[in-house]
Amino acid sequence: MAQFVLDQLCKHFPEAVEETSAVHGNETAYIKRDAILEVAKYLRDDAALCFDMPIDCTALDWQDQKPQRFEVVYHIYSTTLKHRLRLKIRLDEKDIETPALTQIWKGMNWHERECWDMYGVVFTGHPKLKRILLYEEFEGFPLRKDYPVEGRQPLIEMRDTATVPTEKEITPEMLNRP
Amino acid sequence: MSETALLESEIIVTRRESAEGWLRDAIENFGQKGVNWSRKYSLFSYPFVTACCGMEFMSVSGPRYDIAQYGAEFPRFSPRQADLIWIVGTISQKQAPVLKRVWEQMCEPKWGIAFGACASTGGFYDNYTTVQGADMVIPIDVYIPGCPPRPEQVLDGLRLLQNKIKTESGRVMV
Repeated sequence: MAQFVLDQLCKHFPEAVEETSAVHGNETAYIKRDAILEVAKYLRDDAALCFDMPIDCTALDWQDQKPQRFEVVYHIYSTTLKHRLRLKIRLDEKDIETPALTQIWKGMNWHERECWDMYGVVFTGHPKLKRILLYEEFEGFPLRKDYPVEGRQPLIEMRDTATVPTEKEITPEMLNRP
Repeated sequence: MSETALLESEIIVTRRESAEGWLRDAIENFGQKGVNWSRKYSLFSYPFVTACCGMEFMSVSGPRYDIAQYGAEFPRFSPRQADLIWIVGTISQKQAPVLKRVWEQMCEPKWGIAFGACASTGGFYDNYTTVQGADMVIPIDVYIPGCPPRPEQVLDGLRLLQNKIKTESGRVMV
C-alpha cells in the first residue's frame, strides 16, 4: 500500500521517526514532537508523496502509561496518488503540547479544536484554540480516562423530578383513560 | 306520558338542530368543559426536534399516520404561537438553556410532550453531556417511550394528552 511512504520517511528523517508499523494496510509512523512540522511539510510538498488532504486528528489516553500518557493521531491522504498514512506523536502528561498542523493543512483546524476540547491537548500555533463542541463554562476534558462518567456540569438550575411518579405509583386515574 | 312530551318525541331532529342543541349546552355549561373541548382539538404544536426521533415525528405528521385527524396537525415554528411543545430527541446540557427559553416564550395554557426515550429519561446517554430527561428543564405532561416510538404510540400519547386537557379543572393563568 503505502510502504513506499514509510521508506521515504525513514530515509529523509532517520532521527525523527521513532518507529513504523503496517497492519492490514494501515501504515503508521511514530514521529518525534519537535520534528512533526518539518515532516508534515515534507509529506505535503514532496511530489512523490503529495499528501494534500487532512482526514482526522484525535488523541489516545493510555492512562497507565507514564509519563508518555497521551498520543495524538493524525490521518492524512493523497487524493492524487491515492495513499494514506497515520502519524502518531507521543506526549508527556506534564508537557501536553504539540505544534498545530493547521499551519500545514488548513482543514485540520476544527479537528484540532475538537482534540483540545475533549483531551486538552494544546496545539501551539493554532489560530483559534477554543472549545468547539462543549460550552465555554465547561471545566476539564471529558474524554480523558480520569474524568468521571457522570461529571455533569449543567448550565441552568435543574428541576427537581423527585415528585414525578414512578411506574409503580401510577394509578388509572392519573392516566385519565376514558 | 304527557301530550307535549309525546309530541316532542315525534319531532325528527335534524343535524342543524342537534348542533344548535350542543351549542346551547356548551354555552350553558360554558365554564371549563366547553373551553377544554375546544382546546383539545386545536393544539398548535411546536416541534423541538433535536435528534433521530424527528424522522418518526415526520412520519406521524405525514399522510399515512395523519396526526391531523386529532386536531394537532398545524406546526408553528414560533413558540409564541404554539401551545404544545414536542421535545423530539436528546437534550444536551448545552441545549438546556435554549429549551427553557423556548418554553418560557410560550403563552399559557401550554403543554409539553416528551417524545422518545432520550427526551423522557436521557435514554442510554447516561454521561456528562446529556440532560437526564427533558422534565429536568421544563414540566412534561406526557412521556412517550420508545427508541424511537412507533407512530401508534405517538398517537396514543396525543390521545392521553387530549384526555388530560378534557378533564382539566383549571390552570393558573400567569
